[in-house]
Amino acid sequence: MSKNWWKALSVVLLLYVAVAGLLMPVPRLAILNESIRNLYFHVPMWFGMTFILIASVYYSVRYLRTPTPELDILAHESARTGILMGVVGLATGSIWAKYTWGAWWTNDPKLNGAAIAMLIYGAYLVLRSSFTDEQQRARISAIYNIFAFATAMPLFYILPRLTDSLHPGAGGNPAFAKYDLDSDMRMVFYPAVIGWTLLAFWLAQLASRVSLLKQKVYEKQLA
Amino acid sequence: MKNSLPKLRAALLFLLALLLPALRVAAQVATTEEPEMADALRQNGKIYVVVAVIAVVLAGLLFFLISLDRKLTRLEKEVQE
Repeated sequence: MSKNWWKALSVVLLLYVAVAGLLMPVPRLAILNESIRNLYFHVPMWFGMTFILIASVYYSVRYLRTPTPELDILAHESARTGILMGVVGLATGSIWAKYTWGAWWTNDPKLNGAAIAMLIYGAYLVLRSSFTDEQQRARISAIYNIFAFATAMPLFYILPRLTDSLHPGAGGNPAFAKYDLDSDMRMVFYPAVIGWTLLAFWLAQLASRVSLLKQKVYEKQLA
Repeated sequence: MKNSLPKLRAALLFLLALLLPALRVAAQVATTEEPEMADALRQNGKIYVVVAVIAVVLAGLLFFLISLDRKLTRLEKEVQE
């Protein structure tokens, strides 16, 4: 049980975020109104995605140093979880955009950057599925994963800041941190980021364990 | 599993400590006319219905995740043998 303390923390934090995210006071801002509470759910998706993708790259680098099937599975399932979080982030962002900016999608550098980055990771999954040889698949997708990460992170966090953008945290604007995110919101936002990030790691771990089990059972059948 | 009860209690206390600041919302009154917020929803208390429903749904999903985790642990032990 002691090894799973972070899962319990995730459960506690997520339940707290669901309750406090709706009940805690938020700044009264025009246009955003109550939808500012989306911050507790939309933004943590991207935080969670970033951290799990960092983990994925870490496993890919480790795989290239010591090639074991376990590391390949961990890298793959982490990337898959990251892609899931990113897709949910895009979907929630699109809904939020509709009711604050008036359109489901705008040709905003932040939005397009995120979409391109998600496509790059989508190609990772396509690439993986195009190999029959397991070692070749693992090696080449590990290399691709490193390049995908190195391309996606500037698209998420650097390029949108260099131009004008509607999206907070782009166009040189420091997201909600400076003027909107007050101390009340921080009390929910930071737990939300930690809670959703831990959930991402939990999901990735479960998916990896299923894959590992599948592999072990398969090996036993062959033996 | 023997010492899971104190841990559960600790987790519940932690949750309570995190939730206590939310009580402040009971004292929250609409001070300005604009921008418009969902003040009526808060004043008539229906917001708690929404919060309760979301919390139950989330708790259910997380419970499912926990039981899935336990099942996997059991299966891993079985395969190891």
